[in-house]
This record gives sequence, structure tokens and C-alpha cells, in this order.
Amino acid sequence: MSNALFTYTLRLADDLLVLSHRLSEWCGHGPVLEEDIALTNRALDHLGEARNLLQYAGQVEGQGRSDDDLAFLRNERQYRNVKLVEQPNGDYAHTIARNFLFDAYHLPLMHALLKSKDDQLVAIAGKAVKEATYHLRHSSEWMVRFGDGTDESHQRAQTALDDLWTFTGELFVEDDVQKELEKAGIAPASGPIKAAFDSTVNEVLKEATLKRPEDGFMAEGGRDGRHTEHLGYILAEMQYLQRAYPGAEW
Amino acid sequence: MSDNPNNWPLWEVFIQSKRGLEHKHVGSLHAADAEMAIENARDVYTRRQEGNSIWVVEAEHIHASRPEDAESLFDPADDKVYRHPTFYTMPEGAKYI
Repeated sequence: MSNALFTYTLRLADDLLVLSHRLSEWCGHGPVLEEDIALTNRALDHLGEARNLLQYAGQVEGQGRSDDDLAFLRNERQYRNVKLVEQPNGDYAHTIARNFLFDAYHLPLMHALLKSKDDQLVAIAGKAVKEATYHLRHSSEWMVRFGDGTDESHQRAQTALDDLWTFTGELFVEDDVQKELEKAGIAPASGPIKAAFDSTVNEVLKEATLKRPEDGFMAEGGRDGRHTEHLGYILAEMQYLQRAYPGAEW
Repeated sequence: MSDNPNNWPLWEVFIQSKRGLEHKHVGSLHAADAEMAIENARDVYTRRQEGNSIWVVEAEHIHASRPEDAESLFDPADDKVYRHPTFYTMPEGAKYI
């Protein structure tokens, strides 16, 4: 059980850590100053959430690993994030669509975690839920602006959705870890979260005049440490300093 | 920049720091509409807990007095000290006046 809880907490944490890193890549490159700051704010929100979760994962594991140890000294096969969040930023529509698909999953997940039997996860979710509410508001609104904007913005938003859709199946994977914790009342069931995701996506895409992609092949494996080629590059950059100068502090 | 019709309009941002206090002008930003202006204001101007409420006004809707009118508008108040409530003796024990 503590093994499953460790893995589950890492999954929650790694989604946020990797997404945070992706969003931080926009710092200084945003399309306008206001959006640059909005994305950097968001990157920091996720970094804070990830730290809380990694600290907790370290406690659950009981081997004395800190949040920094878990962030900087694990290889990509030990990362448990979904493939969606490691996908490259692409154009701004890609970044927004990736945020939106993640938010439509993450907000109901945080709401559901408030009823978890694990007090620590409840506390972490309680803090994250307000941030997640704003994140979804920001990304939804941009989906509508792009989709219902010019021909070009519509096309770019649709392309981004079509490209990323294959990564949405993994958000709701029911494996042994998930089932064990679901049974223990710690992890919320995927069904209602998928239903909330569907309803958000359908509603926003309708307003955005965008077409919901058909469910086809769904890429999975991230939850078990099998990632796309992109994660290695992210970790190389993120972990360089700790790897080159082990134990360095600043 | 403002000559470019593709640029978003300029908005002036007012933040209320605490309930009951006034909204103070804190700066400006660009946004396509009011909703975006409020979100941008949240991200740009309330990151360090400055805010409790946000007002945004499109800059073009603000009418300002002209600098060249300043003398006629403001100088006449210079020699009218009797308009300041400084000639009263403070009642003993009154703290918040």
C-alpha cells in the first residue's frame, strides 16, 4: 500500500513538475508581456504544488529522500508523469491546448482529492484547487479566442488539439496502483473525472467552434516510466547542475 | 505602437488592496477585452497579494485635465489656508481625526 501511495503521489507530482518546466521555457518568450507573466506565474504555481507532493512522496517512501532528491536524481524511467505534459510547447495554440486538456482533467481531480482518506493529499489538493480553477479559466478562454478568432488561429488551435488528443487517454488509466488506492479511498475513481473532463472539453470546444477529435490510438506508458523522447531533454536541462556538481547548494 | 490597428487597446488598472479601501491606480496593460484585461491585471499586478478587487477601464475612456490649464485650475487654492481644517482645537482623547 505505501508503495502504491508513493507511486501515486509521484504521478501527481511529476505531472506538475514537468508541466512547470515546459511553461517556464516561455519565460521571456511569451507572445505579449501579459501572457509571458501569466505563464510564468502558472509555472511557479505548479512548481509549488509539485514540491509539496514530492516532499510527501519522500515521507511515504521513508528512505529519507527530499523533494530535491526526487526531482533531480531520478531518471526518465523513474518519472511517472503523463506524456501529455512533456510534449513540446510548439506555437502558442499548442501550449494553450496542452494546458487546457490538462486543466480539464486536473481541476476535477483536485476537487475529488478533497474527499480522499489521506489527510496530506487533502491538504495539498485544498491549496491546489484554487490555482487549478484559475488555470482552467485562463486556458479555456484562450481556446475560445483561438477557435472563434481568425481562420489562422482556428486552424492552429484545431491542429494542436488533433496532435495532442492521443495523449488524453492516459489521464484516466486504471492500473493496479490506481485500483488499489481507489479501494482504500485514497485515490478518486477515474470515471467521474473523465465525465467532468468530457463535459468541460465539449462545452469549451463548442463555444470555440472547434471539433473534438475522434478517440483513436491512445498513447500510454508515462505512468509506468515509458516516455516520449522529449522527457530526457527536459531532465537533462533541469538536472544538469545537480548531476555535474552533486550536492551543490545555493 | 498605438498606431498599429492589430494591437490590443490599452487599459488602466485599479486595485483595491483591502475591502473598504479605495481602488488605486497601479498601471496599465494591453488586452483585447475587459475579461482579458482583468485576468492580465491579476497576473501582472496582484502576484504579491496586492489585491482584493480589480477595476479595469479602457484608457481611451479616461478624460484628463490639460497640463496648460494647471495654473488656472489649481493655483487659486494656494492662498486659501482657511479651507484646511487646521484651526480647530482637538478635543482631548480624540484619536482618529
